[in-house]
Amino acid sequence: MADASIPLRTRLAAKGLDGVTLLALPAALFLIALFIYPFGYGLWLSFRPKDGSLFGNYVKFFSDPFLYETIGTTLKLALPVTLMNLLFAVPVAFRVRLMKNQRLLTTILVLPITLGTVLVAEGMLNYFGPQGWFIRTLVTFGIAEPGQIKLVNNYWGVFISLVITGFPFTFLLTLSYVTGIDPALEQAAATLGARAAARFRTIYLPLLAPGLAITFCLSFVQAYSVLPSAVLLGAPAGPTRVISIAAYQAAFEQYDRPMASAIAMIMGFVQLAVVVAALSMRNLFYRGPAAGAKG
Amino acid sequence: MASLSSFKTLRLDGVGRDFGTMNALKDLTLEVRRGEFIALLGPSGCGKSTALNCIAGLLPTTRGSIYLDDRRIDTLPTEDRGFGMVFQNYALFPHMTVRANIGFGLKMRGVPKAEAEPRVEQAIRTVRLETQAHKLPGQLSGGQQQRVAIARAIAVDPPLVLMDEPLSNLDAKLRLEMRQEIRRIHQSLGCITIYVTHDQDEALSLADRIVVLRDGMIRQVGTPEDLYARPEHLDVAEFMGFRNRITGRVTSRDGDRVSLAVGGTTLDGTMRHDVAGETAVAAIRPDDLVPVAADAHGIDAVVEAIEYRGRDFFGSARASGGEELFFRADRRVNPGEAIRLGAEASAVLVYPGE
Repeated sequence: MADASIPLRTRLAAKGLDGVTLLALPAALFLIALFIYPFGYGLWLSFRPKDGSLFGNYVKFFSDPFLYETIGTTLKLALPVTLMNLLFAVPVAFRVRLMKNQRLLTTILVLPITLGTVLVAEGMLNYFGPQGWFIRTLVTFGIAEPGQIKLVNNYWGVFISLVITGFPFTFLLTLSYVTGIDPALEQAAATLGARAAARFRTIYLPLLAPGLAITFCLSFVQAYSVLPSAVLLGAPAGPTRVISIAAYQAAFEQYDRPMASAIAMIMGFVQLAVVVAALSMRNLFYRGPAAGAKG
Repeated sequence: MASLSSFKTLRLDGVGRDFGTMNALKDLTLEVRRGEFIALLGPSGCGKSTALNCIAGLLPTTRGSIYLDDRRIDTLPTEDRGFGMVFQNYALFPHMTVRANIGFGLKMRGVPKAEAEPRVEQAIRTVRLETQAHKLPGQLSGGQQQRVAIARAIAVDPPLVLMDEPLSNLDAKLRLEMRQEIRRIHQSLGCITIYVTHDQDEALSLADRIVVLRDGMIRQVGTPEDLYARPEHLDVAEFMGFRNRITGRVTSRDGDRVSLAVGGTTLDGTMRHDVAGETAVAAIRPDDLVPVAADAHGIDAVVEAIEYRGRDFFGSARASGGEELFFRADRRVNPGEAIRLGAEASAVLVYPGE
């Protein structure tokens, strides 16, 4: 009698496990070593406060306004910045989509990414500072009194810097979503009598919404973890005392690693909550391919 | 809108469109009566889609004007023209159900729901999609998507339906079915349909009149019968299935009859235009070119390949002058066999040589 059983290798391959699966191994190791292990270690560490209790760090965080208020401070920065970047990026992406010299403009728009936050901060201190060109021009033309407008070392300094460094990222993602929509859909809507505003509302917006939600999440997470510009361009003791500053101080000024871990966990949880909220809104929209036909 | 639906003619007057320095469309002048089915036929790049997009308003015209009766429409934006358009890739809204897709035009025109609903249902019935109306386009087959696209275009009761190669993404069987469907829908609507295609079979079977375009210019306008039997130019003839073209020297003329010397033999044909020069080109359909007796008028050739088609044989042969010829045969001939191929003089169309 012939052996009717199917070899293990074939059965595994049918479930998608074969030699090619091994190619995922380096990435998996990388993830474990640089993400999962540190995260797990941090989580464990956050429950080992110096006072020996289990929740000591978390209790301390949420009973000290100087600490727990950083959540709100950071949200107050990150949410408007992210929304503003998104609101900017959509119209710009719509315009760039139709341009011939798309690559040139994209390069210019993307340049700030390559500069790094510290260089941008340096530039902004010079340009927007009390003796910078911007303020001096305003004063020269009588638009503002000296000292009336302050654009660095406060909330707005960090805000502007986050817009400058965050916009290219938001824009590039948005552009890829916008160009992914078949222009024939808009043409079809036009032939059916839809004006520009109606075409945007009924065709583009519903098809873009899922992509914009993802873009929002990624941009938000980036903005929420702001550190260098909050220190260099903000008022790190007050209005821009963001949560990463609190974590940094716990870790490297008070050398309280468990406390720093707890703050990092709280930070991660807030980010996760916003991301989950954004993504669950995404589910309200259509999420298939944004083309007018199969293949 | 009432004035639009009672119009009588669509008139294109010297319509042209440039892309940079390229003239994609030159001086398109055409008058179409209500109820007509017009096919714009031509090879890719001939300007037929450009013409359609200009009529739809998706491309601004560079020259000329377009009228519905006396009302100039080429200055109106697409959304104010009120034409129905079926796109090559259907362009269905992927996030809307079939019903919402079809109802989109009525909704955008602000038609009250009570009035729109029966019209949408009517359009769904017209394209026979009653059981699919609640689905998203992604859940439909290509043929069904095509029907949705047509229903969406006709639901607004447009004076003009524009179709841009609507069948090119379908398989052969479905294409034949949809062809009849499109013809049926056109007849039931009584509007003007302008249909862009590169497939002469489609144009011949669907259209009341065919406009053959090439390099952005009209080469011939006529009924399918006209075009099929009497193509005006050699390139139109080739497009109409005259696959064999043989260059020869004019030896005698008698009325529209002409004899050509081809290699060492004689071929008799019918002049389409006055062939003034010495050389002329004869165009023959493969189905009209058959093996003839060795002493009859014709062309000497050597059979290269032969295939059985059921009723008869279809072959290719190399003429003594080097041209590749396609012919029909009632009996099997063998590759390598030397034969003489001939055709009725009325089936051999002779055009001036280049």
